[in-house]
Amino acid sequence: MADSAYVGRSAASNGLSRLRAWWVSLPGVLWIVGFLVALVLLLPVAYLLLRALGAGDAAWQELVSARTARILGRSLWLAFCVTLSCALLAVPLAWLTVRSDLPLRRMWAVLTPLPLVIPSYVGAYLMISVLGPRGLLQHWLEPLGVQRLPDIYGFRGAFLVLTLLSYPYVLLSTRVALSRMNPAMEEASRNLGSGPWRTFWRVTLPQLRPGLVAGGLLVTLYVLRDFGAVSLMRYSTFTRAIYLQYQSSFDRTMAAILALVLVLITLIILAIEMRTRGRASYYGGDVGSVRPAVTIRLGHWRWPSCFFCAAVVTLGLFMPAGVLLLWLVRGIRIGVDFSSLLGAALNSLVTSGAAAGLSLLAAIPVAVLSVRHAGRASGIMERIAYSAFALPGMVVALALVFFGAKFARPLYQTMAMLLLGYLILFLPQVVGALRAALLQLSPSLEHAARTLGRGPLGVFSTITLPLTWPGMVAGVVLVFLTAMKELPVTLMLSPLGFSTLSTSVWSAVSEAFFALAAAPALLLILLSSLPMALLVLRERETIA
Amino acid sequence: MKEIAVQCEGLVKTFEDAGALSGLNLLVLKGEIMALIGPSGCGKTTLLRLITGVTEPDAGLIVIGGKPVVGPSGLVPPERRRVGMVFQNYALFPHLSVAANVAYGLKGPDPHEKVRAMLQLVNLVDHANRMPHELSGGEQQRVALARALGPQPDVLLLDEPFSNLDAGQRVQVRNEVRAILRMGGTTAIFVTHHQEEALFMGDRVAVQNQGRIEQTGTPDEVFGNPATRFVAEFMGETDFLPGEVTSEGVQTEIGMLQPSNEISMGAQVDVAVRADDVYISPDPSSGAIVLAREFRGMVNVYRVRLPSGRFIHSLQRHTVQIAPATPVRVIMEPGHGLTCFSGSQS
Repeated sequence: MADSAYVGRSAASNGLSRLRAWWVSLPGVLWIVGFLVALVLLLPVAYLLLRALGAGDAAWQELVSARTARILGRSLWLAFCVTLSCALLAVPLAWLTVRSDLPLRRMWAVLTPLPLVIPSYVGAYLMISVLGPRGLLQHWLEPLGVQRLPDIYGFRGAFLVLTLLSYPYVLLSTRVALSRMNPAMEEASRNLGSGPWRTFWRVTLPQLRPGLVAGGLLVTLYVLRDFGAVSLMRYSTFTRAIYLQYQSSFDRTMAAILALVLVLITLIILAIEMRTRGRASYYGGDVGSVRPAVTIRLGHWRWPSCFFCAAVVTLGLFMPAGVLLLWLVRGIRIGVDFSSLLGAALNSLVTSGAAAGLSLLAAIPVAVLSVRHAGRASGIMERIAYSAFALPGMVVALALVFFGAKFARPLYQTMAMLLLGYLILFLPQVVGALRAALLQLSPSLEHAARTLGRGPLGVFSTITLPLTWPGMVAGVVLVFLTAMKELPVTLMLSPLGFSTLSTSVWSAVSEAFFALAAAPALLLILLSSLPMALLVLRERETIA
Repeated sequence: MKEIAVQCEGLVKTFEDAGALSGLNLLVLKGEIMALIGPSGCGKTTLLRLITGVTEPDAGLIVIGGKPVVGPSGLVPPERRRVGMVFQNYALFPHLSVAANVAYGLKGPDPHEKVRAMLQLVNLVDHANRMPHELSGGEQQRVALARALGPQPDVLLLDEPFSNLDAGQRVQVRNEVRAILRMGGTTAIFVTHHQEEALFMGDRVAVQNQGRIEQTGTPDEVFGNPATRFVAEFMGETDFLPGEVTSEGVQTEIGMLQPSNEISMGAQVDVAVRADDVYISPDPSSGAIVLAREFRGMVNVYRVRLPSGRFIHSLQRHTVQIAPATPVRVIMEPGHGLTCFSGSQS
């Protein structure tokens, strides 16, 4: 039996032994990996700061100019409008495809997230080719005496394209949250005297918040960092301004200044998000496990709901696909050479797959630490991961080109560099998805597994992983799809002569050879649709 | 002397909100059921988390089965502590069947026989292939128990295991659980905030308050001779009556009462009076008045206002019916000494 002196000594020597225990424990390993990931993510910002500090007064003048203020205003307004309209589209779509007896529910469930596979530059180009001056629509309307259509360029066009392409981010994360939610809570609300609408607003929606916020944040940042759509729509937000700056002069300092402002805005948005996140935890069922939810009958709303889904899918998917097919047919008619397509497709698959796997491995420590070891350090780590999403691909590419040329010559223009760029770009998506899934897993399950004799790794592989993998798969699929259509980083960091589907599309479009762009663009959409369809089918399995 | 199963000394754990520990000591002997009782926020759950090892204390020592798990020699991780736990929400793995849940903690070449034996113990053999959500609350509870007992832990922790069960199930399940623990001679720490449950389940009872153990003893000791005011109040409905110590006993407004503990002559004390020691009978000349009757089925509890304005409670058979506003005489015939606490608080 220990005497009291022994107890006294324990406090004094606890420090060292605790440190030893920490190093060999799993959290220790997680912290080390997480720290390394954070360092890599900070690399581009470090480059930007280096450039800006080297510029002096000229940079300062540019920073406080009216032009910068206008760019700032445009960027924020566009991001706000697109995020809001995405949530308004995605929440009803998620609810309809998960919980209601919508006609052809499974089909809508597969189709509604698909616009995600359309690159923003392709979407913008196709919209211009339909709605723009001398576009298809005007061509069809001309016999009716229509001389001019409302101008599609500027805010209007950018807003429309970005909303239709990015609402699936909110849709997917909301759907995962809906399918993991304990229906007993809704039943409790109905039982407490609330009608279905009140229940939705007071119980369902608040519970969807982690998923909704994660998705909405992805959209806001998607808009802020989008380059393709705003460029083609000639709406000068930060990314376009940065690119023009970079193109028009060889001085990269100005681009760096604007990019730093963009990073700052994102950090502010992230701070707001952190404040609104709330303190509630969102574990699923307290007792036993979650039962499947009851399907809700739509009644008279069946067909209006169906029409709503059809309208969204038509605008976001069928119309672009139809226009693409039109261009493809024209291309075949004029005899375009498609032989280089296969190699590009293979390159796209391999690099995107590798990027997805790498991002998952890097995201696990960050997500686990921020949920299960919540604290100042893990919070900062998570913020760094999110803020990396704010970096426009062009800036990440520039930073890595600079870094590669100066400090990592052997890596310059290699596959490793390209993957590093992807990792920096896509990690936040996986972290967001993992967090949402982990937040709904009751910690007492992991605790129970520990007391039953499993070590941290054993618990992770037998309990955490099997119960959170829908969220993980969602994250990985998102990365895979986004990497497929990613452009600036692929363009600038690929090894010489390495062409992917997205670079093929870009070079064709930039040469205004639209018929040549159609084939790789369509292939891109088809390839990206496969894992997405699988994901949706799996999702239905776990719900049904 | 019996072997010590669990020893906690000087445990300190600081939290901003409720649940902190401030120098907690606890000794659990091998083979006994220790009922740990206290109000919510007193740190019961924190203590369990420290013993299982998912949280580490700021200071202090924990020894389990003679082996220090927290102390100068470092920390033993949860999976090597041989501590079993039954969770309040059962924490059954929703993706595993009943049998797979029980098998989860078992090692060795053929856990099948062991799983069967464990399910036999809790009488759930025919439910082996069900999924957790297909079971009733009581059945989930038994699966959780079988799962925790499977690896034959040195000590089993039960965190308010009956709080999710309805009253009827509760009595039945707790009898079953007690029998199962007895059968295997299991050492257990049973956490609850129900005094009746603690008195029934525990070989000994530890009363925890504000991060400390205020008293440890057999159920009779803790109930009959509370060490502190808090224990007296928490373990049974207790009123405190001020009085002065004389040579014949303690003089209070309801008469002379006999103290059970040593107190010095002339001191002002508060006597702890339990409702079952107070007898009342209608008496028009008395200054004490019945304010309300609380009907509890087998008994009535009367709330009585004394002439001084103080309240006292009296427990009577259900056949004794006295209408509110009736003046009553208060008669004390406890047949045992009453615990006195020094320093009148009013």
